[in-house]
Amino acid sequence: MIGYLAQRLLQAAGVLLGVSIVTFLLAFLLPADPARMIAGRSATVQTVESIRQQLGLDRPLPVQYVNYLGKLLRGDLGRSYAQKAEVTKLIRSRLAPTLQLALAGILFELLIGLPAGIVAALRRGTAVDQAVMAFAFVGVSAPQFVVGLLLIYVFAYLLPLFPLGGYGTPLHVVLPAVAVGLAGGGWYARVTRSAMIDVLRQDYVRTARAKGVFPAKVVFKHVLKNAVLPVVALVGLDIGVFMGGIVIVESVFGWPGIGQMIWQAIQLVDIPVIMGGVLVTALFVVVGNLLADLVYPVLDPRIRYS
Amino acid sequence: MKRTHTPGSLPPRPRQHGVLRRLGLAFGALLLSASLVHAQEQGGSAVVSFQDDISTLDPAIGYDWQNWSIIKSIFDGLMDYVPGTTELVPHLAESYEVSDDGLTYTFVLRQGVLFHNGREMVADDVRYSIERVLNPETQSPGQGFYLSIAGAQEFIDGAADSVAGIEVVDDYTIRFTTSEPDASFLHKLGLNFAHVVPQEAVEAAAGDFGHQPVGTGGFKLKEWVLGQRVVLERNPDYFEEGLPYLDEITFQVGVDPNVAFLRLQRGEVDILGDGIPAARYTEVINDPVLGEQVAMGEQMQTGYVTINVAMEPFTDVRVRRALNMAINKDRIVRIVNNRAVPANQILPPLFESHADDYEGYPYDPEAARALLAEAGYPDGFDTELYAYNVAPNDRIAQAIQADLAEIGVNVELRTQAQSTVIEAGGAGQAPLLWSGGMAWIADYPDPNNFYWPILACASNIPGGWNWARYCNEDLEARAARADTLARSDQADERVAEWREIFLAIMEDAPWIPVFHELQVSMHSTNVTGPKEIFVDPMHIPVHYEMVRRAQ
Repeated sequence: MIGYLAQRLLQAAGVLLGVSIVTFLLAFLLPADPARMIAGRSATVQTVESIRQQLGLDRPLPVQYVNYLGKLLRGDLGRSYAQKAEVTKLIRSRLAPTLQLALAGILFELLIGLPAGIVAALRRGTAVDQAVMAFAFVGVSAPQFVVGLLLIYVFAYLLPLFPLGGYGTPLHVVLPAVAVGLAGGGWYARVTRSAMIDVLRQDYVRTARAKGVFPAKVVFKHVLKNAVLPVVALVGLDIGVFMGGIVIVESVFGWPGIGQMIWQAIQLVDIPVIMGGVLVTALFVVVGNLLADLVYPVLDPRIRYS
Repeated sequence: MKRTHTPGSLPPRPRQHGVLRRLGLAFGALLLSASLVHAQEQGGSAVVSFQDDISTLDPAIGYDWQNWSIIKSIFDGLMDYVPGTTELVPHLAESYEVSDDGLTYTFVLRQGVLFHNGREMVADDVRYSIERVLNPETQSPGQGFYLSIAGAQEFIDGAADSVAGIEVVDDYTIRFTTSEPDASFLHKLGLNFAHVVPQEAVEAAAGDFGHQPVGTGGFKLKEWVLGQRVVLERNPDYFEEGLPYLDEITFQVGVDPNVAFLRLQRGEVDILGDGIPAARYTEVINDPVLGEQVAMGEQMQTGYVTINVAMEPFTDVRVRRALNMAINKDRIVRIVNNRAVPANQILPPLFESHADDYEGYPYDPEAARALLAEAGYPDGFDTELYAYNVAPNDRIAQAIQADLAEIGVNVELRTQAQSTVIEAGGAGQAPLLWSGGMAWIADYPDPNNFYWPILACASNIPGGWNWARYCNEDLEARAARADTLARSDQADERVAEWREIFLAIMEDAPWIPVFHELQVSMHSTNVTGPKEIFVDPMHIPVHYEMVRRAQ
C-alpha cells in the first residue's frame, strides 16, 4: 500500500507540473495584453511599457515560466495584477466557502440520487422507475442558472424560508447545495440504478433471498456495498470539480467561492489569479481521485493494490 | 463646464455671531434648529450590492467604475466636484492661485485635516502621493496624467530623486510648476490618482495598501471580508462638517443583479450597484411606486463606432460619411430601453463645448447609397464589425449590421470578449468597432479627454485606444494650442476652440457617434438624497457621502 501511495503521489506531482505548463502557455496565448488591461484606456505608451516591465512580462516566456515555477515551489503564487494582493491570500479566503459548498453539494447529490437510483432499480420497469428516471433527466438538463434563480424566488423570496443568497450560516448553504444536488443527482441516480441492477442479478443475491434473508437487509448489506463503487468514483471526481468552483451556482447565490474568483480574473486577464485558481483546482482533482481510489479496498476487499 | 444641476442640499454652515444681542440670539436659534435638523438626518446604515468583487481601494491603482466612488469616499484630493455636478471646486485645498503665465499653481491647504490613523495631513503628503503615482514601481494607470509637471519625466527615468516641479513651501502650502501651460491640470488634481495617502500606512501595508486603505475621507475602512463585503464607517473627524450622513455603509459583492433586485424589495439592499436587471427595466421605470426609487442622469459618455481610416475602402471620407448616414440611432436607443439619447457629435451634452445647434449627419439611407456610389461603390462592399459579446452590445451590433446592409454594406460580425476586442482595436485590425461596454467615459469634464487618448495622432499607435487610426496634424496642433489656454480669462476662447475642433473631426467622420448613455440607478425607500447624487457624473456611480437614511 505504501508503495502504491508513493507511486500515486509521484504521478500527482507530474500531473500538476503538466497542468502548470499548459495553463501558463494558454494564458499567454490569449489575445489580450495584461499590461494594457491594468494600464487602462488613458495610459500613455510609457506607462503601459513600464507596467509590462514591472510585471516581468517583457522577458522571454521560458524565463517567465522558470521564475514562476521557482516561486511556486516556495509556495508563492505571485501577486494579482489587478489587486496587487498575494494570490495565496485571495485563494485562502475562498477555500472554506468552496469546500463547504462542495461537500454540501455532494451530500445533496447523494441524498437525491441514491434513493432515486435504489427505488428505480428495485422497481425496475414500472412506472415508478420511469418517473424517477425522467426526474433525473430533467435535473441534469435544466440550466443551473434558471434552477438557482427559481429556488431563490420560491424558497427565499415568496416563502421566506431561506436567505436570499449570500454566505455565513448553515441556512445559507441549503439552497445552493440543492441547486447543485438537483443537477448532479441525476447522474448519481442513473449510475446507482444500473449498478444495482447488475448486482441484483448476481447469484449471491439470489442465494441470500433463497436463504430467507429479509429483503431490506439484502439490499443494504449485500447489494448496496457493491453497487456503490461507481458512485464513489463519481464522488471523487466531484470533489475535484467542485473545488474548482461552481461558477454558475456561485454567481446566482452570491457564494464567495473560487469559481467566481477565477471567472473575474479571466475577464481582467489577471494571469496570476487564473494560474493560482487552476492549479488549486488541479490539486483537488488529483486529491479527490486519490481518495476515491483509496476507498475502494475498504468497500470491496477483493480490490487490492500492490 | 456646463453646470447642469444646482448643487445638492449641503448642510447649512454655522454663521458668525453678530455684535447685536438680538442678532446673536436670532442666529443662535437658527443654529440650534439647523443642527437639530441635520442631527436627525445623520445616522443609520445602508447596503450597496455589486456582482463583481472590489479589486482595490488604492487610489493610485483603482480605475474601474465600481471602485471609483468608493475610493473618493475614503480619500480626498486637492480638488473635487460639487456633488451631482461637473463643477470643479477646491477640496483639500482651501484656496489656490494660478500665475499669470499659467505655469505655476500655488495651493493653500486646509489645516487640521486628519488621516484615519490620526495624523494631520500636510503638504508633504500631497507631494508623496503624486510622486507615488509617477513612480513606475507603483504601476499606476494614472502616471501619464501628471507628465506635464516639470521634472516628472526625470523622476520616472530615475535621473532625479524627486519631482522638481512639486515644491513644498511649508506644511500647508504646496506649489506645482508645469513645463507648459496645461488647461486641464486642475481637473487632473481632482482625479483619484492625485488623492492624498499617508506614507507610513502605504509602507506598513507592504504592497497591499489596496486592501488596507487609509485616507482623509468621510468614510474609513471598518472591515473587509475578501469576496464577501467591504464595510466602511463614518469618519468622525472628517473636515466637511455634517458629512457623511450615514454611520456605516456596506458593499456586498458577488450578488447577482436579479437576486440584488429581490433583496432590494425585501429591504436587505439599499442601492443596486449594478443597476436594474435588464429584464425588469421597463417594468420598473413605468411602475408608479418603483419608478420613484430610480434616478437617471447624464454622464460624460459617448457610444460610437470607430471606422478604421487606414483601411480600404474607409480611406475615402465619402464612404465614412455614408456610413454615418446609414445608422438608425433611434432604433438602437430603443434596444437599450431608451436609456440613452441619440448622439450627433462626439462630445456629450454635459460639456460646454458641445455644439447645441449642430445637426450632424441625418439618417438618410438613400443619400448614403448615393454617396457610396459616388465614391465608387454602387454595389456596396464587405467588411467586419467587432463588438463586445455581452448583451445588449451583441444586439446593437446586429442592428448596425442590418442598417449597413440597407445601403449595400455586408458586415460580418465578430462579437468577442472585451479584452479580445480591445486587443483587435489596438492592433488596428478592426475595420469597424462598436465601442459598447468599453465606450468612452471622460476621466474628467474637459473636452481634451475626449481627444488625446482616442482621436489624437499621439494615440494612433499600436496598442493605443485610437481604434479609428485617425490622425489630423492640423487639428493636433490646434488641440495642443488649445490646451495651453490655461488662464481663466482664456476659458471662453478655449471652449469655443474645442467646439470647432470636434466639429472639424465630424467632417472627417472617423467615428459614427451613436448615443450618449444615461446613468440609471435604483435605491430602496430606506435611503434618500438629491436625485443627482445617485447618478453623480464624477463620483461614479453614487456619491456615497451624500446618501442619507429616509425618515
